[in-house]
Amino acid sequence: MKMLRSALLLAIVCASTAAFADRMPIPANAPPAFKAECGSCHLAFPPQLLTADDWHRVMATLDHHYGDNASLDEKTRKTIEEFLFRNSASGYWSKVGPAPGNPPRLTSTTWFQRRHHEVPNTVWQDKRVKGAANCAACHPRAEQGSFSEHEVTMPGGRRGED
Amino acid sequence: MKLIYPLLLAAIVGSANAETPKQLADAYSSEAATQSAGFKPSGQRGGAFFAKHFAVSERMPACTSCHTEQAAQPGRHAVTGKEIKPMAVAANSERFTDLAKVEKWFRRNCKEVVGRECTAGEKADFIQFAMESR
Repeated sequence: MKMLRSALLLAIVCASTAAFADRMPIPANAPPAFKAECGSCHLAFPPQLLTADDWHRVMATLDHHYGDNASLDEKTRKTIEEFLFRNSASGYWSKVGPAPGNPPRLTSTTWFQRRHHEVPNTVWQDKRVKGAANCAACHPRAEQGSFSEHEVTMPGGRRGED
Repeated sequence: MKLIYPLLLAAIVGSANAETPKQLADAYSSEAATQSAGFKPSGQRGGAFFAKHFAVSERMPACTSCHTEQAAQPGRHAVTGKEIKPMAVAANSERFTDLAKVEKWFRRNCKEVVGRECTAGEKADFIQFAMESR
């Protein structure tokens, strides 16, 4: 009986942790500039996917932002940077760890790679996907911060759970 | 570029905050007319500009690299793959209704694709094209 209770408790903890990992909504106190400036060319990425140090490196090199000039006026840059720092990978999300690359790529952390290890190269290279940073190509509710595996549909019809 | 704000301000005094594509096209046209007397925006010129292969950028040789040749259809960012809402005003009522946003994207994308800032005349033509596209 006691064992059953422990097992049940463990199951509940695991389920809630998994659900937590699937949800990365943009914090309600996000400045409007975050969505406007960081969500036009790509998804406004959840801030918890990079550490504060890595966000600092991203925000210090906006004039060469992965091949684009994405520079901002200093006031806007600072507002967004402070928001990213406040919500960066820490606590539960500290498992994301540092990201390689200069500027760092949130798709290159060991955590991200592990979570996507089963995705074949043909999917990343599909012209509808173009790369790992195009979250919404397979996560239809990425804009709403939902990354549940149950919702995943890869181009070509493959499901996340297959 | 320098004139656009005062010209636009004059055009929208007394109206709501948001701009209309027509107001923006008019303001850019007035600015263009100061350099080339009698300037009239042309959707046909704008369309040719939209389709032109500038080839300055390898990743984005033309506007159509991301926006596709069908201005009324959604586009797709050439690098990130993110969907881009249609350029045509008929298909996307938010297009060309915010001067600051319009200036920002002309500045960025003209530099990237055309290799320089666009002229007021080119901007007026472009908006005219987006207004006429179906």
